[in-house]
Amino acid sequence: MFYREAGDFKTSYDADNQTFPIKFDRIGYYVALLVAFLVVPFMINDYWVNAIFLPFLIYAIAAIGLNILVGYCGQVSLGTGGFMAVGAYACYKLMTSFPEVNIFFHVILAGGITAIVGILFGLPSLRIKGFYLAVATLAAQFFLVWLFNRVPWFYNYSASGQISAPERTLFGVPVTGANTSAWATYLFCLVFLVLCALVARNLTRGMAGRKWMAIRDMDIAAEIIGVNPLKAKMTAFGVSSFFIGISGALFFAVYLGAVEVGEAFGISKSFLVLFMVIIGGLGSIFGSFAGAAFLVLLPVLLKNVLVGGLGWPTDTAAHLEFLIVGALIVTFLIAEPHGLAQLWRVTKEKLRLWPFPH
Amino acid sequence: MSTQESYVTDDGRTIGPTVMEMKNITLRFGGVNAITDISFDIREGEIRAIIGPNGAGKSSMLNVISGFYVPQEGEVWYKGAKRPQMKPYEVAQQGIARTFQNIALFEGMSVLDNVMTGRIRQMNAGLLSQALWKGKAQKEEVENREVVEKIIDFLEIQAIRKTPVGRLPYGLKKRVELARALAAEPSILLLDEPMAGMNVEEKEDMSRFVLDVNDEFGTTIALIEHDMGVVMDLSDRVVVMDYGKKIGDGTPDEVRNNQAVIDAYLGVAHD
Repeated sequence: MFYREAGDFKTSYDADNQTFPIKFDRIGYYVALLVAFLVVPFMINDYWVNAIFLPFLIYAIAAIGLNILVGYCGQVSLGTGGFMAVGAYACYKLMTSFPEVNIFFHVILAGGITAIVGILFGLPSLRIKGFYLAVATLAAQFFLVWLFNRVPWFYNYSASGQISAPERTLFGVPVTGANTSAWATYLFCLVFLVLCALVARNLTRGMAGRKWMAIRDMDIAAEIIGVNPLKAKMTAFGVSSFFIGISGALFFAVYLGAVEVGEAFGISKSFLVLFMVIIGGLGSIFGSFAGAAFLVLLPVLLKNVLVGGLGWPTDTAAHLEFLIVGALIVTFLIAEPHGLAQLWRVTKEKLRLWPFPH
Repeated sequence: MSTQESYVTDDGRTIGPTVMEMKNITLRFGGVNAITDISFDIREGEIRAIIGPNGAGKSSMLNVISGFYVPQEGEVWYKGAKRPQMKPYEVAQQGIARTFQNIALFEGMSVLDNVMTGRIRQMNAGLLSQALWKGKAQKEEVENREVVEKIIDFLEIQAIRKTPVGRLPYGLKKRVELARALAAEPSILLLDEPMAGMNVEEKEDMSRFVLDVNDEFGTTIALIEHDMGVVMDLSDRVVVMDYGKKIGDGTPDEVRNNQAVIDAYLGVAHD
């Protein structure tokens, strides 16, 4: 009833190009931003932040990054965990080598370094496609984890082989280390997520995004109408790895605090982020959010229902959780192969007509 | 009729000097000669048809022009200079646009995005500017959108602008593909069977668009088509190929009366 395009006339191409062309969406977006920035920080405690909000925010950044590569440019990658590790270790080396520089810039720089590494490992995509490319990126995953395990320079020769984030502050408030408060870490990650989402959206609605999608939909035709496949694929790998690097840096510095590379950034992480992208919806920024929320929230929710609600023993619940999450994913993908984003799109199309049938 | 002097056709269009010349092109795939020693030219502003029976090498010829195939022998001259060997996207950047026999649209993108992708030659804002949606990128987006909207208007596909291409019927897809090629404002437009699989009305529509494009934008067009009626009506000059060889070249009337062409199409008794 309120969700209408009718009467919402656009008088410039700028207005037509905007992210939320429908007024109702636009209002919803601003409300969500307001709540996220002004309401949530006052409501949350350590449990909420550590169990739900931080993983959601950080995985959402990683999912946006991977979605650019897989969903928009059509290049399958299984190296996400490895690239997150690059971000984490880059951030660690920067934090310990240049303690006087603000952590904010360290995270951005870590993203930049990951982008370079990502471009390097993306080079095989010029020759190989599909499953074969996935295997090539899998090599990146194993190589990078091995590298951070074996070369002591990366973990500053610490005895345990772990890296742990020293305390760093932003505007005098600690955001990494042991003495952080829930709202500070939440806001820190939220700022990065919002920035990343905006940048991703801008890139994908402009010429860069069109080049990526052209490569995805039909690479030969794309080349013949003038897309340079080398540049298009390399920018996709670069931008994607930039976001994934940022998420890796945050995952290490803000969320975990101390990291052992094989455990935190193993192959399972690559799959987790890929599942988020597939379940959320390939080629959709909203899908990245939805997929991250789904896979972060679902286990927490199930645990609370099974242990808290039904009073089951923790270990039984933990096993059943795997079963149920797996079954839900399969059911869900059968019902809607194009992911949560498609579900949302269909809902919106229905809403546009509601309550009338036509 | 020298190839360098401009002249005016009966219907008032000006045909300029040669813009592209193929010199002794030979293309082989292993032992198969797809094209054997073919030379012809394309003049500015004309509609040049390439015809021939199936397997004559017409599409291969178009692929040579658009840089997708590299001929073993021969030279391509474009705008008075010999074209070095280049990648297909570099050829596109030089202003040669094409459509495909089997539609090659980007199915996951909207019609508008497909046509905007055709503007790739004119849009070169940096990645940073695009990421922030400020400055050059934003300006470019609006300016090029205006051009694209004119083309959408011209080809009468306004109503489906925001529709994903995958949902469109065949005839419209063909039209969208033409729009995408036109968006590049090409010097030469290559059309590979623009009317294949269409009924009479759709063919008429498409013919009108091809003529209008040529007339209004002065675009040079090289087209492959099987429908002889269409070819003879539309084109200024026709190249006829058979088994990779050129068997005829000239105005539609000349070609129609060429014994070799008649033999190729109707068959001839072997003695």
